[in-house]
Amino acid sequence: MNFKLKIWRQRDRQSPGQLVDYDAKDIPAQASLLEMLDIVNERLLLAGEQPIAFDSDCREGICGTCSLTVNGEAHGPDHPGAACELYMRKFRDGDRIVIEPFRVKSFPIVKDLIVDRSALDRIVQAGGFISARAGSAPEANSIPVPKHDADVAMEAAACIGCGACAAACPNASAMLFTAAKVSHLALLPQGEPERTKRVVGMVRAMDAEGFGNCTNTYECEAVCPAEISASFIAKLNREYSRASLKRSAGE
Amino acid sequence: MIGNLDPKVPSGSLDRKWTSQKDHGRLVSPNNRRTFEIIVVGSGLAGGSAAATLGELGYRVKCFCFQDSPRRAHSIAAQGGINAAKNYQNDGDSVYRLFYDTIKGGDFRSREANVYRLAEASVNIIDQCVAQGVPFAREYSGYLANRSFGGAQVSRTFYARGQTGQQLLLGCYSALCRQIAGGTVQMFPQTEMLDLVLVDGHAKGIVTRNLRTGRIDAHAADAVVLATGGYGNVFYLSTNARGCNVTATYRAYKKGALFANPCFTQIHPTCIPHSGDYQSKLTLMSESLRNDGRVWVPKRKEDCTKPPNEIPEKDRDYYLERKYPSYGNLAPRDIASRAAKEVCDEGRGVGPSGRGVYLDFADAIKRLGDETIRERYGNLFEVYEKITGEDAYKVPMRIYPAVHYTMGGLWVDYNLMSNVPGLFVIGEANFSDHGANRLGASALMQGLADGYFVLPYTLPNYLAVQMGKRSATDRTEFKEAETSVRAKIDKLLRVNGNRSLDSIHRELGTLLWDKCGMARNKTGLEEALGKIPELRERFWREVRVPGDGEDFNQSLERAGRVADFLEFAELMCIDALTRDESCGAHFREEHQTPEGEALRDDDNFAAVFAWEFQGNGQIAPPRLHREPLHFENVHLTQRSYK
Repeated sequence: MNFKLKIWRQRDRQSPGQLVDYDAKDIPAQASLLEMLDIVNERLLLAGEQPIAFDSDCREGICGTCSLTVNGEAHGPDHPGAACELYMRKFRDGDRIVIEPFRVKSFPIVKDLIVDRSALDRIVQAGGFISARAGSAPEANSIPVPKHDADVAMEAAACIGCGACAAACPNASAMLFTAAKVSHLALLPQGEPERTKRVVGMVRAMDAEGFGNCTNTYECEAVCPAEISASFIAKLNREYSRASLKRSAGE
Repeated sequence: MIGNLDPKVPSGSLDRKWTSQKDHGRLVSPNNRRTFEIIVVGSGLAGGSAAATLGELGYRVKCFCFQDSPRRAHSIAAQGGINAAKNYQNDGDSVYRLFYDTIKGGDFRSREANVYRLAEASVNIIDQCVAQGVPFAREYSGYLANRSFGGAQVSRTFYARGQTGQQLLLGCYSALCRQIAGGTVQMFPQTEMLDLVLVDGHAKGIVTRNLRTGRIDAHAADAVVLATGGYGNVFYLSTNARGCNVTATYRAYKKGALFANPCFTQIHPTCIPHSGDYQSKLTLMSESLRNDGRVWVPKRKEDCTKPPNEIPEKDRDYYLERKYPSYGNLAPRDIASRAAKEVCDEGRGVGPSGRGVYLDFADAIKRLGDETIRERYGNLFEVYEKITGEDAYKVPMRIYPAVHYTMGGLWVDYNLMSNVPGLFVIGEANFSDHGANRLGASALMQGLADGYFVLPYTLPNYLAVQMGKRSATDRTEFKEAETSVRAKIDKLLRVNGNRSLDSIHRELGTLLWDKCGMARNKTGLEEALGKIPELRERFWREVRVPGDGEDFNQSLERAGRVADFLEFAELMCIDALTRDESCGAHFREEHQTPEGEALRDDDNFAAVFAWEFQGNGQIAPPRLHREPLHFENVHLTQRSYK
């Protein structure tokens, strides 16, 4: 297959970037988008040009490293799935494909298609955990967890931390990411003791990182490779209101 | 071959050894802990859990990972589950049985005491993970659910959909985040360890490169913990993430740490078959699928090109069920992989390349319904559909073995310390618990056991006598290591040839897959040993690494790793050649039973082979050390799953 690529090139955070045209010829239909970029890079290298920098690691949609906007959509047109799970047979021969990094103010560009998503780590550091010291845990079956609760917690916990939710959101909001972690832990009895502190800390960190707010456009849910439901954002709002009320009541 | 290695296994009966070690090991008091700095390299299940736990205990920890966040370590990709001897199913499980299954699964090439401790710790791991909020699968009662895995006749595997590794890693990442926020752990993402620094023979620091800025730094500490995973990517194609590499452990080896059993590499039976040269990695389909999927190929070669649904039952060969009636489709990985290779070698493989077998869910769907299968394996079926474009609810999956895990690794004693004092090695990076073949759902168990429950007890035993011995990074040892790291980077950039890294790496991978893969023999290994140095020489003459060392340069990162793989591959082949027996995943064609199973030679090879680097920067034949394996609690038998 042959493609006309337009790819964002940017030397570093300070330099201006631009879209550059590349021809990708004779690409196997079974190749993934990232494998196509590997082929393009190999050709650039042998032609004495700088390869295109892009992030990836597991290449099976679970590590959350890849972070490409393809034809204007975070992770490209084949939802649900990360960019590494996008295969060229999903395109038509001769298609023009525009590849850019995730565009979020809180994810500064490092180089070409690579962004810095450490803001997401800092949100988790602000409370996205249960303080369970190794050695202090009770017998695992001593606290039964209703299957439904465990299943819903798992649905939220499946977040791969890629940041596509923020990239797709017109407000660059990381609410889906934050909501997934808050909901996962709030749904489990083990998360109860730190429930209030957690949601307040994480929401404050999210705001401090410069992410926007949710205005219910559902773009995040549409692009999420882990199919996290936007209803968790409603859960986050409830958790936050609950925490605020508890705090204002002096509890 | 020289003197035997001492694994420092405590005396006493098997079930008392770990307790006795904990009772008598030296301690570091809470006030003194903050005076110690510990370096942890790697943030997967082993490194992440170790860093978090040591931070919690009050040590000052520096944790390094090459990924942009510790949450992206490759443990995240583990699918099926984690074993633990909880016996929640009341089906006869116990610590002893988990120990025995693991020893037997490893074909009697692991250390009894380590494996027993692992089985003991397994129960605490589940408690710890549940307390952290890991959403394991549960039954309607609210209690934890289990599934079966290969090589066991009990159900002891805990799981979180097909994403168990992800959930365990996120649990451990959240514990790590808590310590980062608390200031006990300082995290260095996108930072790669490029050398180990020894001071007076002790591991006292590392040299790193910041992958984003290109900056080279030295870090001093009181002890160094390597948790840098396995070296499966030496084969180029594997189920490992693209970044997985041998660099940290190999460079420690070049500084004197012994590398044990490097030829023990696990080839996983259920992966999506290879489809072309453009391919950058292979994708695993969890072993848990073998609970409900049946593996088969056509009985006749002529049928191989027919659509599978048109091949009647009587013309199918369910070869695992036929050859191993008591374990059937749940035969251990090494055995299932070899059986697949065998039927494909006979010309009965399916799919375009002829290197594939069917994994068929039709019976399970008939028995349990689409919904149940979707609930159990839905995400795996989706992954399969994405990659192959086929719907496994309707046509059987096609699978073929692929490199997945490496049992070999740096040699460690019972305390998980290498022969270099102060250098600890945990998780897949060490060699200790899986012998010649790892059972499914045991890697996650080992990573977390080492990090949460073993290292926190054994590290203080070393530290207690190291008060005040940390050196500053301005010592010559650090400066020399920095200089040599810089020199190596300059050398890579100066080659300026006309070949891409990938093309050389692919060539190495193909050579190893053919000569040191699922089956090995003397002639093939000798041939590989002739070709690897040539390839290495070509690398240093022909490779092109663009850009410079002063900024973000992905080609340079990978070039350094490939350069190490090109040296390490030779060590693997030397080990495979020296181990003149078959055991577990190491199948020497010269040594097989009449039925084609691995034939061990316990008289000569019931030992760990640990290799010492020789030569001054140049590569000379490594020196072999042996650690004899003593089996006092299990009887060595021909492993049978029939």
